[in-house]
Amino acid sequence: MQPEPLLSYAAAFASALLDPGREAPRMVTGPRGQSTLKCYNVYRNNVTVSLIDALAAIYPAVQRLTGPDFFRAMARFHIRETPPTSPLLFEYGRDFPDFIARYEHARSLLWLADIARIERAWLDSYHAADAPPLSPSALAAVAPEQLSSLMFTVHPATRLVRSPFAAVTIFAANRERVSTDRIDASTAEDALVTRPEFDVLVQKLPPGGAVFLDSLMSGCMLAEAAAAALEESPAFDLATNIASLLEAGIFTSLTSGGAR
Amino acid sequence: MSAKNTISSLVLAGAVSTALTTLAIAGPLTKAEADAAIAAKKEKCFGVALKGQNDCAAGPGTTCQGTSTADFQGNAWKFVQGGTCANIELPGGKHGSLKPV
Repeated sequence: MQPEPLLSYAAAFASALLDPGREAPRMVTGPRGQSTLKCYNVYRNNVTVSLIDALAAIYPAVQRLTGPDFFRAMARFHIRETPPTSPLLFEYGRDFPDFIARYEHARSLLWLADIARIERAWLDSYHAADAPPLSPSALAAVAPEQLSSLMFTVHPATRLVRSPFAAVTIFAANRERVSTDRIDASTAEDALVTRPEFDVLVQKLPPGGAVFLDSLMSGCMLAEAAAAALEESPAFDLATNIASLLEAGIFTSLTSGGAR
Repeated sequence: MSAKNTISSLVLAGAVSTALTTLAIAGPLTKAEADAAIAAKKEKCFGVALKGQNDCAAGPGTTCQGTSTADFQGNAWKFVQGGTCANIELPGGKHGSLKPV
């Protein structure tokens, strides 16, 4: 715990860092009565540029889509509106996707906020706890009459991002430095983001897959989750979904609901 | 659970069995293969390590980013460059664009 006077000094020093319209704090003094504003502006600049760079590192696909000039201008607005609350820089920018959604100049890019949500999920998945994925043989060992009440523990790195736009396709085309053909943005895509081992996976979920996974994540039994998915999408294919979730290492363990 | 969407144990068992068969086609790895695959992945470096910068962050072209009071609102069009968003189409033949709508 820092002594009280030091904390208040830091707070006073930081008070005008993100608002260049304000004067330098009065306790900042230069040598021989020189202007302190010029010196204080170096701090202003470093703080702002560091935070913009942090957002650019977390949201590279968004930056590629808008171009760096637009991105940095947009990021600066966000930084001034929402300064960091944690000293951990990788925690910064959690509100950036919502900011993008209401940012006036990005409004024509309807899908941009969803790309940012996938990128945020990517970083959270990256930093989530490690856990060994469930082996498919564990599911094979479950007696058929116990399947309907089966419940799964979902891997801590698993995230779900639903989009009314082709967010996964746009993300994939822009996260890696690949040339992009025309993309039809109007196809809804749900993103599964997870990290079974060391690499983050981002993949498109099949029809009904998001509801199925969301239900399992919130503790529903297998039969309930499958019914909910089927209700949302008649094209829901249970076998395909179970196979792709197992393959992506989404589950870490299973319990039979009857055993509760 | 609504009656019409109740899924029978039989259907579930069939789906699980199909799913497991699908996975088996890809070929279950032997212990040695699995270990080799995991070891290969472990060689990856950690990618996104974000750190604050204590040295001067302001390179060429960045000096005004923390201190400018200029208003972006009026000249947003100036920033429309370099992005890939124009490759993305929305219904009605409209391309993604950063120009004012």
